[in-house]
Amino acid sequence: MNMKKAVLQLETLACPTCMQKITGALKSVPGVDQESVRVLFNASKAKLTFDETVTDIKDIRQAVVHIGYDVLKASIQ
Amino acid sequence: MQKWLLKNRQNITFITGLLVLLALMMQWFFKNKQLADLLLLLASLIGGFPILMQAISALKVKVISIDLLVTIAILGAFVIQEFEESAIVAFLFLFGAYLEQKTLTKTRSAIQNLVALTPSVALRQNEEGNFEEVDIDEVGKGDRLLVKTGDKIPVDGKVIYGHGSVNEASITGEPLAISKAINDDVFAGTILEDGTIQIEAEKVGEDSTFGKIIALVEEAQDSKSSMERFIDRFAKYYTPAILVLSLLVFIFTQSISLAITILVLGCPGALVIGVPVSHVSGIGNGARHGILFKGSDVISKFSHVDSILFDKTGTLTYGNPEVITTHYYQQDHHLINRYLISIEKESSHPLAKAIVKYYQDVLTLPVSSTQVISGSGIQASVDAHDILIGNRYLLHQSHVNITDVVEQDLKTMEEDGQSIVLMAIDGQVALVLGIRDQLRTGVKEDLQALKKMGVKNLILLSGDNQATVDLISKDLGLSKAYGNLLPEDKADFVRKYQDRGDIVAFVGDGINDSPSLASADIGIAMGNGTDVAIETSNVVIMHSDFHKIPYALSLAKRTTLNMIENIVIALMVVVVLLTSIFASDFMNMAMGMFVHEASILVVILNAMRLLKHHKLDRNQLLIKDLQVN
Repeated sequence: MNMKKAVLQLETLACPTCMQKITGALKSVPGVDQESVRVLFNASKAKLTFDETVTDIKDIRQAVVHIGYDVLKASIQ
Repeated sequence: MQKWLLKNRQNITFITGLLVLLALMMQWFFKNKQLADLLLLLASLIGGFPILMQAISALKVKVISIDLLVTIAILGAFVIQEFEESAIVAFLFLFGAYLEQKTLTKTRSAIQNLVALTPSVALRQNEEGNFEEVDIDEVGKGDRLLVKTGDKIPVDGKVIYGHGSVNEASITGEPLAISKAINDDVFAGTILEDGTIQIEAEKVGEDSTFGKIIALVEEAQDSKSSMERFIDRFAKYYTPAILVLSLLVFIFTQSISLAITILVLGCPGALVIGVPVSHVSGIGNGARHGILFKGSDVISKFSHVDSILFDKTGTLTYGNPEVITTHYYQQDHHLINRYLISIEKESSHPLAKAIVKYYQDVLTLPVSSTQVISGSGIQASVDAHDILIGNRYLLHQSHVNITDVVEQDLKTMEEDGQSIVLMAIDGQVALVLGIRDQLRTGVKEDLQALKKMGVKNLILLSGDNQATVDLISKDLGLSKAYGNLLPEDKADFVRKYQDRGDIVAFVGDGINDSPSLASADIGIAMGNGTDVAIETSNVVIMHSDFHKIPYALSLAKRTTLNMIENIVIALMVVVVLLTSIFASDFMNMAMGMFVHEASILVVILNAMRLLKHHKLDRNQLLIKDLQVN
């Protein structure tokens, strides 16, 4: 277990259901701490912690892109 | 696939719209129904496809989204061969989403402008000792960074080489540059106006003061008020419920057309977006004016505030007290001064600072023990003498006799509105100091403005003596004023007013007032962007600017009103749409979609008015006053 905090800057989110979708998509990535997933609608950001030994920021980013939302920037803190 | 759709969403919307337009022209001018239908079918397919994909991706994560309602409605229209309606619905839905995104970006612009100040790159020293540009995310604690004239300081850190002057307006609001030399702290997001410095990174990204402010505003904009949580819960069941309703309508009436109209009309739009969009605009406007509301609940509570309790020092006054009177009651003034300064130098109390400033040239002696007695003073031991420095309460507690002569001096000073510090050496009063702190300019007018906005009680709570407090209270026209209070007494007053059923705000400087800030319904910290102030309160007034308090209240009131307006608009739309299905025959699904999208835009535009809510400054209020009288 090696938990890291990730922040994804997303495209401008316009519909509240986008939030639910993105939250769902992020939670489904193995290695992502489900409890930690937070999508900030107005800031169009997603914040979460994940286990570095299981997944990486690329996979997490891909999960969001896969359901149809652009990720402008993904950073690990 | 999703990515392609995403990139071309605007083009798809445009093509769909164009096809619809062409088809309508065919129908009206050339009466070519067949070609028109073909074009409309094409438009429905092109426009409907991305909506379908969205619906599917939502279903995959177990969300019944509004896209699903629209998709089913479009498919239903295909079944009954109403291509005109399906095409128009698809187009309006896409176009509405596009407009919503554009306008929402506007409502978020205030915070975005703040975020834009966040530095994105830094010049970091590499192993060879040269500085190279790296992304801000790569900078870690302990890195050595170079900042050149005109650059933004990338992280919170310490100057380790060079000097320069830094504009810290983004954090403190202070427009004048401050000079920085080795060992001085510098903050991310501030600008080096001249000079070149090297700094060692201490806090980066969201941990820096500036990062915290931004994270705070972002979280606040997304924090849900109880109203929003209710609407969210409602929306969660509402969308599936509409699906079931339209199915039932279909089963009983066998009318696909009615069933799909209900699907479209039932889309939860304005109601879901109306409340958050008001809050975002309100919080954004505040952030731009140096007022941080920590969440939308804070706004609605603050807008109904009944009583505002103020701390004195640093809140109503500038917090830079000065010594103006001294009375000695023992012979050796020089020695008394040395004892006094030796002890006061160790204290960070504002009055202690004023005293140290007044006796600048006095040499200190070693202090063998000190004990701070919260709210009353210090007990210390110097040169084997037992020394007390503090207020009357402290001396009384230690059974120090206050003679009639001293009492007479104290009375004169209190009547003059001075704060009093007494010093006793071995149980005898040696020195009395009178200290005065200037009231902030315009405080009186600001307080009047608060009263005008419906605040019933304005109350001063202070650790200072009652006479001083009364004088200020009379000067400023406050409802009540209480002196000689300890920090916990202030918190008791907060609770006392809450017990009466008042909504209570407490305004303090966030350092020793944390108990009151925490127990008040709304804790307002007069901060300079310090951690303590940001964390313990609900509202932070960024530049310790008292004029911002009436502004904050008027903004909170406007925001709350705006939210109610949006709820009313949304509910009216639902009622009008539902009654028109049954009461008239002009309502179809295309019309329904139009009204639906239009209502969303109306609530967003309504909320955008909040961004323009201008400073209702004191002069304006005074002018209004004159006009009334």
